[in-house]
Amino acid sequence: MQRKQSTVGVDPVSNTENKAPQLYAAREPVFPRKVKGKFRTLKWWLLGIAMAVYYLTPWIRWDRGPNLPDQAVLIDLAGRRFYFFMIEIWPHEFYFIAGLLIMAGLGLFLFTAAAGRVWCGYTCPQTIWTDLFILTERWIEGDRNARVRLWKSKWDAKKWRLRLTKWFVWLLIGVATGGAWVFYFADAPTLLKNLVTGHAHPIAYITIAIMTLTTVGFGGFAREQICIYMCPWPRIQAAMMDEDTLTVGYRSWRGEPRGKRRKGADVEGMGDCIDCNACVNVCPMGIDIRDGQQLECITCALCIDACDDVMEKIGKPRGLIDYLALSDEEAETHGATPKPIWRHIFRPRTIMYITLWSLVGIGLLVALIIRPDIDMTVAPVRNPTYVTLSDGTIRNTYDVRLRNKHGDDRKFDISVGGDPSVTISLEGREGDSVVVPANETLLQRVYVTAPAGSEPAKSDRTEITLSVEDKVGDEKVHTSTVFNGKAQ
Amino acid sequence: MSKKKPEQNEGGVETTGHSWDGIEEYNNPLPRWWLWTLYATIIWAIGYQIAYPAWPISREGATPGLLGWSTRGDVAADIKAADDANAEIESKLASADLADIAKDPELNSYAINAGHAVFQTWCAQCHGSGAQGNKGFPSLLDDDWLWGGTIEDIYYTVTHGVRNEDDDDARFSEMPKFGADELLSKEEIEQVVNHVLTISGQADKADPELAKAGAVIFEDNCSSCHGEDGKGDRDQGAPNLTDAIWLYGGDKDTIRETVTFARYGVMPAWGWKDRLSEPDRRAVATYVHQLGGGE
Repeated sequence: MQRKQSTVGVDPVSNTENKAPQLYAAREPVFPRKVKGKFRTLKWWLLGIAMAVYYLTPWIRWDRGPNLPDQAVLIDLAGRRFYFFMIEIWPHEFYFIAGLLIMAGLGLFLFTAAAGRVWCGYTCPQTIWTDLFILTERWIEGDRNARVRLWKSKWDAKKWRLRLTKWFVWLLIGVATGGAWVFYFADAPTLLKNLVTGHAHPIAYITIAIMTLTTVGFGGFAREQICIYMCPWPRIQAAMMDEDTLTVGYRSWRGEPRGKRRKGADVEGMGDCIDCNACVNVCPMGIDIRDGQQLECITCALCIDACDDVMEKIGKPRGLIDYLALSDEEAETHGATPKPIWRHIFRPRTIMYITLWSLVGIGLLVALIIRPDIDMTVAPVRNPTYVTLSDGTIRNTYDVRLRNKHGDDRKFDISVGGDPSVTISLEGREGDSVVVPANETLLQRVYVTAPAGSEPAKSDRTEITLSVEDKVGDEKVHTSTVFNGKAQ
Repeated sequence: MSKKKPEQNEGGVETTGHSWDGIEEYNNPLPRWWLWTLYATIIWAIGYQIAYPAWPISREGATPGLLGWSTRGDVAADIKAADDANAEIESKLASADLADIAKDPELNSYAINAGHAVFQTWCAQCHGSGAQGNKGFPSLLDDDWLWGGTIEDIYYTVTHGVRNEDDDDARFSEMPKFGADELLSKEEIEQVVNHVLTISGQADKADPELAKAGAVIFEDNCSSCHGEDGKGDRDQGAPNLTDAIWLYGGDKDTIRETVTFARYGVMPAWGWKDRLSEPDRRAVATYVHQLGGGE
């Protein structure tokens, strides 16, 4: 910049004259005012649904038959299983979780590219719990003006009473939040009984304590500080948004020059903004949206509700603050018609995200449907690669891990193919079948032998196939592996 | 405090006053609670140094810390917890009938895993980490056993060892040094070597004339241990000479060396002075028995 050119390179870093006097800033307290409107209503609904899903999900029962938990959603860390209604994920199927995380990531990109930080403004747990904490704060201490007064007042009996009541309610919310969290990891009714009677595992209590403290700390006290200083998403999102992204904005061409309407004042030439600060007062982040798009804005849209309310009262059209894209603002400023909303949402970029998201989703669904209920992994023993038996037979050993995902014991028949001369035998068992208990993994050592002088016994590598068949479930899976012979 | 007004950009936000290609750096202050967090971590660090071992003040070690915690103590507690957890199954393993171990899935699985750990620690040096053996050290994977391949035989060999000085019950036998002690002449040794090649399926490498003469010498000198047909004798640890497995090598030169100087393989007695505990020896016997050659 022209103005700064003279200072580049000639202004030493040690020159304290130019340094800002303030290194640390105290937090500016934010007292969001109560607001009514369509976005606030939508947010209350979302809050209710999100909370209900979070608190109630562990209590949904789902019958899976004997020996299996009847909790619909359960992360069984000790048993290494993840149950989600009819789906049961084993550790070796962790790619399902990875796929879901990829979908969550792409979904976040999609929503951010289309409508800015809707995740932050509507569904982020930080936003939802902060909303809940502000709601209880308002019930106990009153609306914005009362809270500001209380904040400024001395620590008298009334202030102590209100503050302690508020903190106590916050603590209860925190305990319930942490409590709901642990129910995802154990049978909810049993754990609740144990928690109340004091018989639950210390880890459960510690987890609840940590979740309680973080919930109260983040939602009650830190609030917008989390979004501004701790969360990385506000820094990343700039890369996801462009001039077509719908975001909360102020129509400055319409509002400026702003000014209060005093009696007898000359309103000629003034904009629609009456500088009532309603948008600032309701903002949970404590910012002024009229300064334009900024890092702190979580696009919660409460300023839209507040401003629409004011515009209605003074008889002006709604939408001085509105969801609009930078290109809309540009177009409107020059008198052009902005693009319709669907053109902002459906454009190459978002369509690409939707396509990717759907592809991953379809891939996961297909994988989920076609995955067999029996499974095996084969690990050839390479130390040594082969064993010579006393009659000259060459033997290879394979560690075969058999999985039975059925609710009952199944008999697995193991066979070998790929070369007619090789035969199979199982360590410690008669015949070539093995019973794998219900919902278990069994490690079976399998020997494949080739008679002396046969082709596999003489060659370095022979491709063979190990197969496992469950006759009851009529399922068969194959794994290709290699037979090592004694090369001449 | 500087009296000069801080640099600002056009929007009125304070900047550091530096500009790179027209890009300026905001000079937003750090939130004060962030500073308090820093102080809290410093206080925590001081408390940590008092509570836990921290300062290496001497060659012997660091300041012990008020809590008396140590990594060694942690390990000792972990080992004790593991031992306590295994105590029940260990005593079951120590008292069970050897042949019954494989019939109890839980005990069998424990014995195999424990035996594997014992094997990797004490046996792998000679027998190899895969139990594949080496020249002079038998492979434990195949179906050929010098002293027997039942679980009882393996357990006995593990407990008492082979040809060692420590245990009076050690497996013992000694092959005469036919050449070095001049029990047989060089010609006779050559003949018997050709006979051994013949009976071990390597007739193509042997001289039939010499082998024929060697058969008589084998009968007189070797068959008392290796058997008339050369199939060995497990009671004496005499190897089967007719199969495809050779401990020291089955070629002509190696067989000649063996007949001339004899062999004297040794194995320690793991039960002597409780080098390995009773459950450990049973575990390692179970492990070896299920490697593929168990009888």
